[in-house]
Amino acid sequence: MMWLFLRKQKYLIDFTLSSLLRRKGKSLGLLAVYTLIVFMLASVTLFTHALRKEAGLMLQASPEIIVQRMQAGRHALIPADYLQRIGRLRGVTQKEGRLWGYYYDPAVKANYTIMTAGQVAAPLTEIIIGTGIARARGLVVGDYLTLRSQNGEAYSFEITELLNEKSELVSADLLLMSPQAFRRLFNIPEGFYTDLVLSVRNPREVRKVAEKLTLLLPDTRPILREEVLRTYDSVFSWRQGILFVLLTGSILAFVIFAWDKASGLSAEERREIGILKAVGWETADVMRMKFWEGMIVSLSAFLIGYLAAYAHVFYASASLFEPVLKGWAVLYPQFRLTPFVDGLQLATLLFFTVLPYIVATIIPIWRTSITDPDAVMR
Amino acid sequence: MLIQLTDIKKVFNQGRPNEFWAIQGVSLEFEPNRVSCLKGASGSGKTTLLSMIGCLSRPTSGRIQLGERVISSLPERFLTDVRRHTFGFIFQRFNLISGLSVLENIMLPAYPLGLPYKRLVATALHLLEQFNLLAKADNPVEWLSGGEAQRVAICRALINDPQILIADEPTANLDSKLSYEFMGLIDELRQSGKTILITSHDPEVFDSAVVDRVVEMHDGVVLT
Amino acid sequence: MRKSNTFLACVFLLLVGCIATLVDATHRKHLAVSDVESGTALVRQFGLTDLALFTEARYTRHLSQSDLHSAFQDHPVALEHFPSGSLLLPPQRMQ
Repeated sequence: MMWLFLRKQKYLIDFTLSSLLRRKGKSLGLLAVYTLIVFMLASVTLFTHALRKEAGLMLQASPEIIVQRMQAGRHALIPADYLQRIGRLRGVTQKEGRLWGYYYDPAVKANYTIMTAGQVAAPLTEIIIGTGIARARGLVVGDYLTLRSQNGEAYSFEITELLNEKSELVSADLLLMSPQAFRRLFNIPEGFYTDLVLSVRNPREVRKVAEKLTLLLPDTRPILREEVLRTYDSVFSWRQGILFVLLTGSILAFVIFAWDKASGLSAEERREIGILKAVGWETADVMRMKFWEGMIVSLSAFLIGYLAAYAHVFYASASLFEPVLKGWAVLYPQFRLTPFVDGLQLATLLFFTVLPYIVATIIPIWRTSITDPDAVMR
Repeated sequence: MLIQLTDIKKVFNQGRPNEFWAIQGVSLEFEPNRVSCLKGASGSGKTTLLSMIGCLSRPTSGRIQLGERVISSLPERFLTDVRRHTFGFIFQRFNLISGLSVLENIMLPAYPLGLPYKRLVATALHLLEQFNLLAKADNPVEWLSGGEAQRVAICRALINDPQILIADEPTANLDSKLSYEFMGLIDELRQSGKTILITSHDPEVFDSAVVDRVVEMHDGVVLT
Repeated sequence: MRKSNTFLACVFLLLVGCIATLVDATHRKHLAVSDVESGTALVRQFGLTDLALFTEARYTRHLSQSDLHSAFQDHPVALEHFPSGSLLLPPQRMQ
């Protein structure tokens, strides 16, 4: 019984393939466009999903609370005595001031992110840089990098180390120097920090601490880790959304094309269905044949498109998206995303790409295939 | 298998202004293993009658009996089943499906039966050999000449080994030489035990020695 | 070869490919644990809050740290967050 069923389906596939191959150019064109659409959709989905996951994992380690001082609606330096004013808040295990900022390097027209690190050996002359900067400036360990200070003086720093290239997604544009060098370079007086970082051991207390902070220091705003994570979560959904909107045009064009191809039964196809019915095919056989037609095209397109997208995103570093993501940035991290693919993602993709096509193929046939088989004899 | 028609009537577009009675009370019997020809001008109802015998459509009233079985009241699914096992069809314009190879065209009526592939191919190739078409098996059907296409159509009609062959104006697209050859093939089929029903207004067919019986129709009734 | 066999063989291969991507994904996830950890270590050490994906402007580099509502913070021709940013060009002298 099982074998009979399978044999029947194989015969139907035989017939469908023959009739698709008859219009080789049109069928292959359709398959190519369809595959391309699946490829784009799958690339966007896989890329944003993986990036979101990876960002989520890495940023899980970022500080629980950052306190920024706001002045006239802008981020301002925060006096060190705010640390004392915070005092002993319940739940806060650690608090310290951070110094960081940006440096615009006119030589390569790139923005660096400068952070301070205590452990740089010779405080005023040594720095550690991220691999993105090293690439942009062509620097290696032992080279010197000259930075121009706030008051016009040039300071040379020896590069003692490059940051691990595997962490490039967060560190490509980092430049680490000692706090002393930072203060000298940017003319920031002792007693001021860029912002404050608080550690809170119990995640449930974070909100409470933040509430107390806003009362205690009304001119500051606390940025919570969960907000940071949420920001990234939504920003990738947003970017994904934008890309989907851009793709909508092409998807609609494809829908029209597919509808026309699949549903616009030509007189010839109508005649063929008549012949099939006259030689002994049931209505159900004709429907099954049409189901296979939709299935063959959409399944092939889905499988090829998905595989190509996987290779593109996880082996070719999503190189097609690079221009979009790069924008005006000179420094762009080179990273290989870790593949986060799950069954749900695949199922969603399958649902939105394969199903509509099959439905669009079968429905119009319904009307034709219930016509009388003696039509061919008239 | 005896075919009995009792008071068959067929109306198209019933109840509408363009209502048309194609068959107006026909009672006939076709004996097995004979070649019968329905003769008449176009519009005489011969094709309609044939399509009802071949289970392609159902009479508005009356009874069609195939051997012991009454087929005029069967629902569509069963009709299809009877049709594919009992009848083979040869259509006026051959109705081969272009783009498919000769072999595929011949096997087409057997696809829904789900026979083992090797057996089906063997049957089809055997038929092709019988009709001297073996060399053309993999050609697309649009490369065939009229005579070859006709023989392919016959092979297709025979693939499910039906007892009854129905040919609707089979010689309409053939010249007289090919028509003569066609009747020769019909004779061979009759000798192999098939019952054959032909509609035609071609003297090459109804005057042929092969035909055992001629039924003349006019305006939906039998004249002789 | 029979057409349906060719087709089914192709589909089978592609399906194997798809399953291979899932296997590959799991495999690489294990391999990448150290990569992610080196990133995580850096994030922890310096209290990093953002990805270095978009380095052209302050609000794109440090998305979560930027001032909330000041326009054209850094790059003169950067498109803004707000729809108006795509309509209004920056002042002439900034370009």
